Amino acid sequence: MTADTLSRVFSALADPTRRDMVARLADGDTTVSRLAEPYRMTLQAVYKHLRVLEDAGLVSRPPGPQPRSVRLETEVFDLMDTWIERYRRRAEQRYRRLDAVLAAMSEPDREGAEHDKDHGDGHRG
Amino acid sequence: MTKITETAIEADPKLPVIRMTRDFAATPGQLFRAHTDPVLFAQWVGPSGMDTRIDHWDARTGGSWRYTAGSGGQEFAFRGCFHDVRPDRIVQTFTFEGDPDGVALETLWFEDLGDGYTRLRTQSLVDSFEGRDAWLASGMESGVNEGYAKLDRMLADGAV
Repeated sequence: MTADTLSRVFSALADPTRRDMVARLADGDTTVSRLAEPYRMTLQAVYKHLRVLEDAGLVSRPPGPQPRSVRLETEVFDLMDTWIERYRRRAEQRYRRLDAVLAAMSEPDREGAEHDKDHGDGHRG
Repeated sequence: MTKITETAIEADPKLPVIRMTRDFAATPGQLFRAHTDPVLFAQWVGPSGMDTRIDHWDARTGGSWRYTAGSGGQEFAFRGCFHDVRPDRIVQTFTFEGDPDGVALETLWFEDLGDGYTRLRTQSLVDSFEGRDAWLASGMESGVNEGYAKLDRMLADGAV
C-alpha cells in the first residue's frame, strides 16, 4: 500500500455520509438502493459517494446478478491499521527510551533548573 | 486511575490529526525537562539506532529548534518553532526538512496523575491527509536504515 492509497482512504473517510455507509456495510453486503434508504439525497449522489469509496478501495461491487451488491473491503482497513500500528510502535520505542531517561534523572529537587536557558548551538546527544 | 503504560494512538478520520497518550513514572516537571533540555531530549527522541545531534535549541516561547538524526552517513534533519512553552503544555511546529513544505502543529500536555505518574498527551495536526500519510511514510523510509528487529519485521511485510 502506498502513501497515495492511504491518502485516498483517509480522504474518503473524512466525509460523514461515507463513514456512515462504511459503518453500515460492516454489518454485511447490501444493495445500492438499500444503502441509499436513510439518506436524504438522490441516488445519483449516493453513487458519487460510492465511487469515492470504491476508488479508495474501501468498497467493491462484485459482478453478479442484478442488483449488484455493495461490499466492504476489510483488507484496506487492516492495511491502514498496520500503518498506524507501525507509527504507534515507533512512538512506543521512543517513549521507552524516555522511560529510561526519566529513571536516570536525578532527584526531583533539581527539577526545573536550567530549562529556561538558551542552550545555543552545537549540543550533541 | 488505570495507567497507560503502552502508547495509545488515535488517527482522527475527520481531521488530519494523530493523538497519542502515554503515562510515565515521573513528575510533570521531569517530563517537561526531558522535552526541553537538549541533552536529555537527544537521548530519547530517536529514531532508534540513530544518533541525534541538536543543532539549535531555544526551548522558550518564541524560540526554535533543529536537530539531525543520522546513522551510516545518512542524515535526517528536523526543525520547528517553540510557539508556547509552559510547565503543563508545549505547543510547537515540526517540519521534516526532507519534506520542507510540510508542517505539523504539535501540542503536548503534561498531566499530573498525582501518584508519581504523569500523563503525556500529544496531538499532531498536519495540513492535509496527504501530509499525514507522507509523514507516516517518511518515518518508514528512515526506518529502513535502522536495522532493528522490529523494523526488520515491518520491512518483511513489504510495505516500504
